[in-house]
Amino acid sequence: MYGIVGYGAYVPRFRIKAEDIANQWGADAEAFKRGLLLEEKTVPGPDEDTITISVAAARSALVRAGIDPQLIGACYIGSESHPYAVKPSGTVVIDALGIGPECHVADFEFACKAGSEAMYVAYSHVKSGEMKYALGIGADTSQGAPGDALEYTASAGGSAFIMGGDNLVAEILHTYSFTSDTPDFWRREGEFYPRHAGRFTGEPAYFHHVLSATRGILDRSGMEPADFRYAVFHMPNGKFPLKAGKTLGFTQEQMEQGWVVNLMGNTYSGSSPTGLAACLDVAKPGDHILITSFGSGAGSDSFILRCTDRLPKVQGLAPTVRGLLADRRIHLGYGKYVAYRGKIRMNEV
Amino acid sequence: MISPRYHREKPQRYRLEAGKCTKCGEIHFPPRKVCRKCFAREFETVELPRRGKVVTCTTVWIPPAEFDDQKPYVNAIVELENGVRLTVMISEAPPDEVDIGTEVEIVFRRLQHGPAWEVIRYGYKARVIAG
Ligand SMILES: [Zn+2]
Repeated sequence: MYGIVGYGAYVPRFRIKAEDIANQWGADAEAFKRGLLLEEKTVPGPDEDTITISVAAARSALVRAGIDPQLIGACYIGSESHPYAVKPSGTVVIDALGIGPECHVADFEFACKAGSEAMYVAYSHVKSGEMKYALGIGADTSQGAPGDALEYTASAGGSAFIMGGDNLVAEILHTYSFTSDTPDFWRREGEFYPRHAGRFTGEPAYFHHVLSATRGILDRSGMEPADFRYAVFHMPNGKFPLKAGKTLGFTQEQMEQGWVVNLMGNTYSGSSPTGLAACLDVAKPGDHILITSFGSGAGSDSFILRCTDRLPKVQGLAPTVRGLLADRRIHLGYGKYVAYRGKIRMNEV
Repeated sequence: MISPRYHREKPQRYRLEAGKCTKCGEIHFPPRKVCRKCFAREFETVELPRRGKVVTCTTVWIPPAEFDDQKPYVNAIVELENGVRLTVMISEAPPDEVDIGTEVEIVFRRLQHGPAWEVIRYGYKARVIAG
């Protein structure tokens, strides 16, 4: 069996409340909070980016895995906000973690599903016997244009998963992927903020792919929604994942633990992986977990996992997602928030 | 451009690699060529523990230009669990959260943002551990 040997998550300490963004732009705060089912979102500190978030999450994954970093044969980071256009984030991340230099490194991009892609490829490498362990990370410090609906949700955080074939905390039983050419959201080279095609974002993009991928993996595995203890769907806002899950026959109870978006926002590549990490934080041996990511463009990856006896032994070894979301939050005003996000034009120093 | 010195110092800046004297066991951070205690010249590389306590600290209100976006921040001397001390910038904490005895952990952060054409510098800082 192959699957997850260790996992870890990280979110920055800083937050901005949805109402503070709404008040800035003269929008109806209550309507936005109701519409998006979102209280606040995480904001990266001025010294944080996808690389530092990846290092923090992967360090926790290493602690839970209890393995020698030198045995990791690949490091893949999925993100929409790699700090460099040319120079992989993974080069810095492996050096900081003591992985390599005998290591395959690549950055992945696929809007919000780059993280689950990284996990899938890492998993495939260990399953093929190519290497003993492989690291897949989803992390982002996403940006939304000022005043745009995305500004209420685009947030920062990430999760890391070490895949392997022994000492598993969760076996991966099935995988499934569903992809098509759908122009719901994009950013061309050189543009600072992404664009979205309003009415394309719901039905033909998010719901079509999330529902198709989930139905596909259920069909392939012969399992039904009732067989799962937890289910996680990509969280571009609070409403979409709950609606998708309900349509598929999942209950609120199954989705609650992984539904971290109301306090975290949409961490893009880190979104559904961090939902999965939140479920692993509390799951019991034998529990089945379903996760379906979504990336604009568009596609979805689905995984079915079964937790092992080792999981409870490692849950307390590193910070939990719910712990991180509650931990000493600092709420920024809108002015400080845009300064931290580099949205103010300053003189070069 | 990125300095050769920064590149050379990466093992200590990225992974807290220290030099432990093979003769007397003294741990040097940053690593040295000659042991300050017994003058021996052979060292083994050890990684420092990541937790420690603030020994003393000061708030920086007027920082060098590259840290201007983070002011006010705290610079501290931290004693790690094995007794090794290092000078470190405290990340993300308002100054009133940091005092002598405050428990911190070493984290990996951006050290310098720099202009957009420059290589980004990373290294260690400390953050206050959840109380
Ligand atoms: Zn000595």
